[in-house]
Amino acid sequence: MGIVANPIGFDDEKALRTPNRVLQRNTGSTRNSPKVQSDVMDSSLLDMESDAVFRVRGVTKIYPMGEVSVHALRGVDLDLYAGEFVVILGASGSGKSTLLNILGGLDVPTAGSVYFRDHDLTRADEDERTYYRRDHVGFVFQFYNLIAGLTAYENVALVADIAKAPLPPIEALRLVGLEERKDHYPSQLSGGEQQRIAIARAIGKRPDVLLCDEPTGALDVKTGVIVLDAIANVNRQLGTLTVVITHNASIAQMADRVISMKDGRISAIERNSNQIPASQLVW
Amino acid sequence: MQYLDRMLWYDLKRLWRQEIAIAILVACGTAIFIMATSSTLSVETSQKKYYADYRFADLFAGLTRAPMSLKDRIEEIPGVLQAQCRIEHPALIDMPSMVEPVSCRLVSVDRDAETALNGICLRSGRLPEPEQDKEVIANELFAAAHGLRPGDSIDVTMDGRKDTLRIVGIGMSPEYVYAVQPGLLLSDNRRFGILWMPRKAMEGAFNMEGAFNSVAIRMESFASEKQILFELDRLLKPFGSWGAYTRSDQSSHRRLSDEMHQMRAMAYVPPTIFLAVSSFLVNLVLTRLVHQQKDQIAALRAFGFTKWELAIHYSKLMLVPVLIGCLIGAIVGIRTSWWMVDIYAIFFRFPAMAYRVAYSEGVFAVSLSLLAAVLGGANAIRTVIKLQPAEAMRPDTPQVYGKLLIDRLGLGWSLSTMTRMILRRLTGAPGTTILSVLGIAMGVAVLVLGSFMRDTIEFVLEVQFGRSQRQDVMLTFNDTLSADACHDVLHLPGVHRVEPFRSVAAKVRNGTAEHRLSLMGLEPEPYLYRVLDADHRPVSFPSNGGVTITKKLAEILRVRRGEFIDIEILDGKGITVRAVVSHVFMNYTDPACYMNRGDLHRLLKEGEQLSGAFVSVAPGAMDELYQAVKEVPKIAGVLDIRAAEKNFRELVTEHTKIMRLMNSIFGALIAIGVIYNAALIALAESGRDLATLRVIGFSHREVSFILLGELAALTLLAIPVGLPIGILFSYFATLALDTETHRFPLVIHRSTFAYAATIILIASSTSAWVVSRMLRRMELVSVLKVKVS
Ligand SMILES: Nc1ncnc2c1ncn2[C@@H]1O[C@H](COP(=O)(O)OP(=O)(O)OP(=O)(O)O)[C@@H](O)[C@H]1O
Ligand SMILES: [Mg+2]
Repeated sequence: MGIVANPIGFDDEKALRTPNRVLQRNTGSTRNSPKVQSDVMDSSLLDMESDAVFRVRGVTKIYPMGEVSVHALRGVDLDLYAGEFVVILGASGSGKSTLLNILGGLDVPTAGSVYFRDHDLTRADEDERTYYRRDHVGFVFQFYNLIAGLTAYENVALVADIAKAPLPPIEALRLVGLEERKDHYPSQLSGGEQQRIAIARAIGKRPDVLLCDEPTGALDVKTGVIVLDAIANVNRQLGTLTVVITHNASIAQMADRVISMKDGRISAIERNSNQIPASQLVW
Repeated sequence: MQYLDRMLWYDLKRLWRQEIAIAILVACGTAIFIMATSSTLSVETSQKKYYADYRFADLFAGLTRAPMSLKDRIEEIPGVLQAQCRIEHPALIDMPSMVEPVSCRLVSVDRDAETALNGICLRSGRLPEPEQDKEVIANELFAAAHGLRPGDSIDVTMDGRKDTLRIVGIGMSPEYVYAVQPGLLLSDNRRFGILWMPRKAMEGAFNMEGAFNSVAIRMESFASEKQILFELDRLLKPFGSWGAYTRSDQSSHRRLSDEMHQMRAMAYVPPTIFLAVSSFLVNLVLTRLVHQQKDQIAALRAFGFTKWELAIHYSKLMLVPVLIGCLIGAIVGIRTSWWMVDIYAIFFRFPAMAYRVAYSEGVFAVSLSLLAAVLGGANAIRTVIKLQPAEAMRPDTPQVYGKLLIDRLGLGWSLSTMTRMILRRLTGAPGTTILSVLGIAMGVAVLVLGSFMRDTIEFVLEVQFGRSQRQDVMLTFNDTLSADACHDVLHLPGVHRVEPFRSVAAKVRNGTAEHRLSLMGLEPEPYLYRVLDADHRPVSFPSNGGVTITKKLAEILRVRRGEFIDIEILDGKGITVRAVVSHVFMNYTDPACYMNRGDLHRLLKEGEQLSGAFVSVAPGAMDELYQAVKEVPKIAGVLDIRAAEKNFRELVTEHTKIMRLMNSIFGALIAIGVIYNAALIALAESGRDLATLRVIGFSHREVSFILLGELAALTLLAIPVGLPIGILFSYFATLALDTETHRFPLVIHRSTFAYAATIILIASSTSAWVVSRMLRRMELVSVLKVKVS
């Protein structure tokens, strides 16, 4: 149970599964998933649409920078489904992080809509987005962002303080294979170990989605493999929708689907029928 | 160099919050210092000029009566330049606007008033005609209090006879810069005045033809004061002199000196605190900055900047706010010193007030502030100088936190992770935590220091007026009166109880230590005018019971209870006696000495001769009594204790209120300065962690808890540390304020502690609120993009 009562009413699992119970005022009308046809959408996925965890429609993001404005996203349509392992590829500056941050409720698009299940994230205010992140999202960042003043165990236990049904911290550490190191501070761990702690922290709350922005960006190949393995493990064992941004195209071979971005748009979505485990990736 | 200047400008802009905090503290310290030193300088300059222009005497002596022929012999004493032989006498004025009689002091003026010592500075009107026996000059404040102007008449009872005198002039004299009724601490211009009257008229009124009872002396420069005093005492003793004294025992001069003494104490204590705290802030800010910019410093060194150039760069960064603070402090200090001088001018009267600026002290203050900043920054600057470029490029050796005490005690389970974060931060840099706590504690201490006076004065008033002096009125007689007179007084209307007393000028001595005072003979078991011992029990004065003296007198004479002192009665008869000190008690005004009244009569070889009486009056009968007293010629002085208390309260309460307000502001500023800085640093140091927590899903409130929890912990630690420091400061303040005429006990109520704590909590919450708003505005996403070393 969180410290503060949940303001937008993600009260229990049932509320989340029952459409429109709480957020009717946000959506205005009953939305029974109108068939928004995306040209890149694979038709075989259409029947899964009711399972979509995220429905992104026409999302643009413009950063006004004085005279010129930067168009980070120029109209993105995308559905993401429960239990998927999705990899996003794309050149630097193509808008990957921007999209991920919008999915994670850290940022709001300039236009378009982003639905998490029935909840329109674009209309959620700061507090509502905080509770959305708190209850549903696990983040993993390129630079780990662990709290230096807390031990590995405490970093993981931190989310247990606010999550509704957390994993026992030691359990989360076991999932990333670091329960031995629980009493070490981040400064006493290698980069890869720190990143695995970060993963343990992200999954500690049993999130519905795990969003990873270049989780291996700061790591060497060998360590990167271990980290990716940990992520894939979580995806498999907990069935968490996992989105991984990377610059490394070979990582795409692990994914269910690979989304390629270019200049703020999705340029391709590929289904990967032949997934291979992290350890067999060729970099 | 240009590059460094740009960097300086950039850092100054970036650190503006901290710079302002430092500048404000420095400004407060400098302002108080310059205010106190400049106003003392102004008052002392005015005083000096006044004394010189109007020939304020150097030595004084009072006696019973001596022939005018003695004047020449006085002037023959080597070192004496000029002697002024006057008649002075208390009298009562019947002001139509007041029920109670007004006490006044009549002072004779000679024909040579224009050139005489203790000259009168006329504000309006003229000097009285020497041959006119009904013309007087009234002192300025008294005249103002009653709206008297030249040409007005007043009824004065002199030595039993009532007469109508005409005011021909309004004036002032260096002798009465502060005119206070004998026996009182503070002036009350409605109830006490000075009247200057031609000698001839005084001689007639007080039966003093060809005689005088008061001498004032001007010495040659470099004459031996001691020698003259000795000769003077020898010469005047047969005429009932109660001892010659210097300016430092002259009531007006002493009052003014005491005031200046206290002002000077104020010039040093609070500014020191401010400077100490600002020095600490400089330390905090600069150390952090240098640590943060280690890479940059290393890079600059690699580019070829010398270590001294860099050291100077970082020093400049701190000297700028200090100099700005000094500048603001100087302006505010000078401005408030004028205001202060104007306040002094309400009570201390000079013909003209000089507004001076204490330049050398100002320079001193600025240098001291700079020194404080340099000391505060020394550590950081040393780091800059010592920094090896190659080494600095390497990342910091990671900090490994020790185990929390609470974990070692096995109580770790009771902590939430967020509480842990707070504790780790507090214990991770214990030096900074300790300094922060001390800094905030200084704020608490200043608040206690600024407020305790109220409790102390309340206590003194309670002891003095509530428990000790329970009479309503003290009457003093023209001369001593027989016991029958006491009987008369008892039968004045409204009188409830009468307690007669005998007082006589005496010199008390122990070896070489001596003190002049008025020796009082009291009833064996006084009911109205009581002396209270340490347990607040009344002291009794049995026959042959020795003397009871005040603690201050015991200190002056260096005697203890059970030891002996010599008492010399100064009435010209040369009576000396040795008496045992049977009690020493604490009082808060002049040193005093009491004994059994019968014993005193026997010592003086007299019958029941009374000097005055303490009287309690039936409720509501005060006016009646006053009406009657005005008709009783033998009464020379009336001292209304309740009115005195009221007057005291009005004057002092106003004063302490202002002091309390100012000190509250100062204390709060210190606390805010420290807490705000601690908060900014916490925000900068753990901002990334806090943003990460926000990203993970902690709410603003929860994340604030970590930041504010740290500040709350600092504040809550500082309060118990600050209160004892405040007590210590207050104790030092009582020592600094301790003069012969008044001393202050250290009394601090719990409510004062509560007040100090409350103000600090408010100050702390305010800073916390501001920083919490900054936290709310923090960019979350940007925090994730940068790598930390
Ligand atoms: N806060 C911001 N203000 C202005 N422009 C921004 C901001 N954040 C991102 N951008 C711009 O938006 C565009 C997309 O940025 P984004 O971070 O999403 O790229 P990315 O695909 O994650 O790149 P990379 O692989 O380098 O991380 C870029 O051109 C970037 O400059
Ligand atoms: Mg990115």
